[in-house]
Amino acid sequence: MSLTLRINGAEVAVTSEPDTPLIYVLRDELGLKGAKLGCGLEQCGACMVLVDGEAVPSCVSPADTFGGKEITTVEGLADDPTGARVQAAFVSHTAAQCGYCTAGLVVAVTALLQRNPDADTKTVKDALAPNICRCGSHPRVLRAVEEAKA
Amino acid sequence: MSLKAHPLLRDWLRRDGDRLQIRTGKVDIGQRISSALVQIVRDELHLPSDRIALAPVTTADSPDEGITSGSNSVEQSGHAIRCAAATLRRALIAAAVDRSGGDPEDWTLDDGLLRRPGSNDPLDLLDLMDSIDADLAVDPKVAKLTARDTAPSAPMLGLAEMVRGTFTFVHDLDAPGMLHARVIRPPHAHARLRSIPEDEISALDDKGLRLVRDGSFLAVAGPREWPVIRAAERLARACDWDAPDFPNIDVFEKLTRDNASTRLPVDKGQPLEEPVPDPPDAPDYTARFEKPYLMHAALGPSAAMAVWDGETLDIKTHSQGIYPLRISISDSFGLSEDKVVLTHVPGSGCYGHNGADDAAFEAALVARAIPDTPILLKWTRAEEHGWEPFAPAMAVEVAATLEQGRVASWSAEAFSDTHRGRPRPGPNRVGPSRLVSNRHLADPIPAQPGTPNMNREGGMHRNLDPIYTFAERRLVKNLVTGLPHRTSALRCLGAVANVFALESSMDDLAIAAGEDPIAYRLAQLDDPRAIAVLETLRDRIADLSATAEGQGRGIAYAQYKNAMTRVGLCIDVTVTDLAEVKLDRAVMVADAGRVVDLAGLIAQLEGGVIQGASWALCEEVQWDRDGVTSLDWDSYPVLRFDNLPTMDVHVLDQPTERPLGAGEASPGPTVAAIANAVHDAMGMRLRRLPFTADAIMQAAANA
Ligand code: FES
Ligand code: FES
Repeated sequence: MSLTLRINGAEVAVTSEPDTPLIYVLRDELGLKGAKLGCGLEQCGACMVLVDGEAVPSCVSPADTFGGKEITTVEGLADDPTGARVQAAFVSHTAAQCGYCTAGLVVAVTALLQRNPDADTKTVKDALAPNICRCGSHPRVLRAVEEAKA
Repeated sequence: MSLKAHPLLRDWLRRDGDRLQIRTGKVDIGQRISSALVQIVRDELHLPSDRIALAPVTTADSPDEGITSGSNSVEQSGHAIRCAAATLRRALIAAAVDRSGGDPEDWTLDDGLLRRPGSNDPLDLLDLMDSIDADLAVDPKVAKLTARDTAPSAPMLGLAEMVRGTFTFVHDLDAPGMLHARVIRPPHAHARLRSIPEDEISALDDKGLRLVRDGSFLAVAGPREWPVIRAAERLARACDWDAPDFPNIDVFEKLTRDNASTRLPVDKGQPLEEPVPDPPDAPDYTARFEKPYLMHAALGPSAAMAVWDGETLDIKTHSQGIYPLRISISDSFGLSEDKVVLTHVPGSGCYGHNGADDAAFEAALVARAIPDTPILLKWTRAEEHGWEPFAPAMAVEVAATLEQGRVASWSAEAFSDTHRGRPRPGPNRVGPSRLVSNRHLADPIPAQPGTPNMNREGGMHRNLDPIYTFAERRLVKNLVTGLPHRTSALRCLGAVANVFALESSMDDLAIAAGEDPIAYRLAQLDDPRAIAVLETLRDRIADLSATAEGQGRGIAYAQYKNAMTRVGLCIDVTVTDLAEVKLDRAVMVADAGRVVDLAGLIAQLEGGVIQGASWALCEEVQWDRDGVTSLDWDSYPVLRFDNLPTMDVHVLDQPTERPLGAGEASPGPTVAAIANAVHDAMGMRLRRLPFTADAIMQAAANA
């Protein structure tokens, strides 16, 4: 069976079984390895992608539930002005330690600032609560968000 | 020690095309050692960062620097590389004099060039390097610590790729013909495989998946990742396991003198093979503090790639210790060491000995069964939570006698299983026995009980010795073995429980003496740098408003291993109506000696506060008779963005002192400062981690 997904602005025909969670289609079939597998349980945010502008985990929902939606992975964010600004701010604030959570956080922050460009600190912290970082890069991430807002 | 084993310039620095290549045996485990090393070389040689590269860390080629742990990387590898760079600098200048004249003092290095006034023909540093004796020995004395202009921190290596999603973790490796693999775990560590239903085996065949079995070690492999995961899940349910009850005991009841397999006195951080002195009679203050089993719980489950070509095993791993792991893996397979090559590829931050080494061995087990095929093996979230070696549960019992409110004599006894479970080689094949899957093979290498760590400030006695000027001290370590879980090193080892115990006690004693917590500590410290840290902290919090109802402020101080980075902390919390502890603010003052990479240093100190806060408030491994039940982020919650304090970190630079690692300096004081803040807010002393809402309500009900 063939499924067509819209990923980073392009229509892509995929051959994985349609019940395959999106992340395995991205990583294993399409070679888009920016989304990381942290839990496979929608508990950690490492696998987040933008779906119609929302940051959502890609590790559980089957690929065929994303038909007709606009998927943007971390690899496609540089083409979006907010995404590019968020990436630059993460770099200038060294908002990563090991970097395993970083792609998911860049996606989550981009979604937040697209929706709410002036989010206050409490809103930012609450919005990022689905994303786990075990290395403690949080303070730098918050500083990067401040910079990306402006 | 690094320089002794690897004395030559070319062991550490080599030319690689138009770049200077740094060669280190330390691996980047999220502590940014690679960026710090680049910065050291850049500062010493005035070579732009983009002309400096790091060689891959591999047993085939890199200096053996053992395990990357204990916050020693900057001190060991950093010192060796600083000396190598300074030796190179001196040799370059001598070569420049030879080639173009002048005196050594005339020459300066700038932007990768050597120049001298009056000559407009600068020499290229890397070109000139070719003329230097390849066997030049590194002069261990040449690098002087001098006050220097603080250069902006070098950009972190790989960061640009991380934010674009193109940085390669071991999980992202790919190779032609590669198979994905997953292990099928027994229900718990003591369960064994009885049988696999025949129809399940043929179902795997039909799907083109490979089954690998050796005793109770079971794995599936196949070309596509998701079908492999599905098959592994299905097989785990279908297999017939012999699963006796997992020991469902209260570990704290076991952490007592009567259960100790070894009791040793500790003097100035050093365990001694001597009788244990009697406990003090009639102490003025006694208390017992407890820390549960904790997990590293890396965000990315462990993974490794391995390929076996019939002769050599080639393994890509995020292990912290590729050299000792190589010995244990080659021993496991009966191969000679030169037939096993391990190369470090980054995983997610690990904070100690997690599943990385086990995953490397398991990828190799599968690769041996399926030759000439790259095998990318990944653990699942449940495996990472359930099968990594945990940090041991620990208890600390303290007793003090007082004179005019100050401590006259101090007794502290630590109780814990081993913190040393790394697959290091040793007697009785102890290295292989610590690779968990060796315990499950048809010809198993069973687990061995831990032996006492006799290293100064090692294991459970790290920071057992109080840093204060107490006149008399009696310190004892009690090793308790035979406890339910496999244990090993987690960031800080025993320092977490020991600093929690000492600094909670100091808080109790200051209150009893009617003294301010900082003044009480200052009166019992004689180290000028410790005093400077606490005085600076006092100044920095002087203008904070007083805490309101339901809020609390806690102070803690510690010097990691009593020899490394000093940290003074003030943490403000609010305890909500639902008994949840909210972190409002953390103010830290730290002295890590000479500052090499300020941004990296602050990142480590802040990261330590967050991990320490997570231990203090959230983390605890739980299990029942069916095995570990903390198998995901709901059953093993961790601190998240929504409970992050504001942070103010102030570093006291000591330009003429040795740089000290800081990765493990802040978690212990963080735990203690939170305990003290909760006490300030509630008037209740909590002596067992974590301070969950349930624990606080329970304590309030019992009060
Ligand atoms: S991997 Fe998807 S939320 Fe954790
Ligand atoms: S930087 Fe390592 S998990 Fe966030």
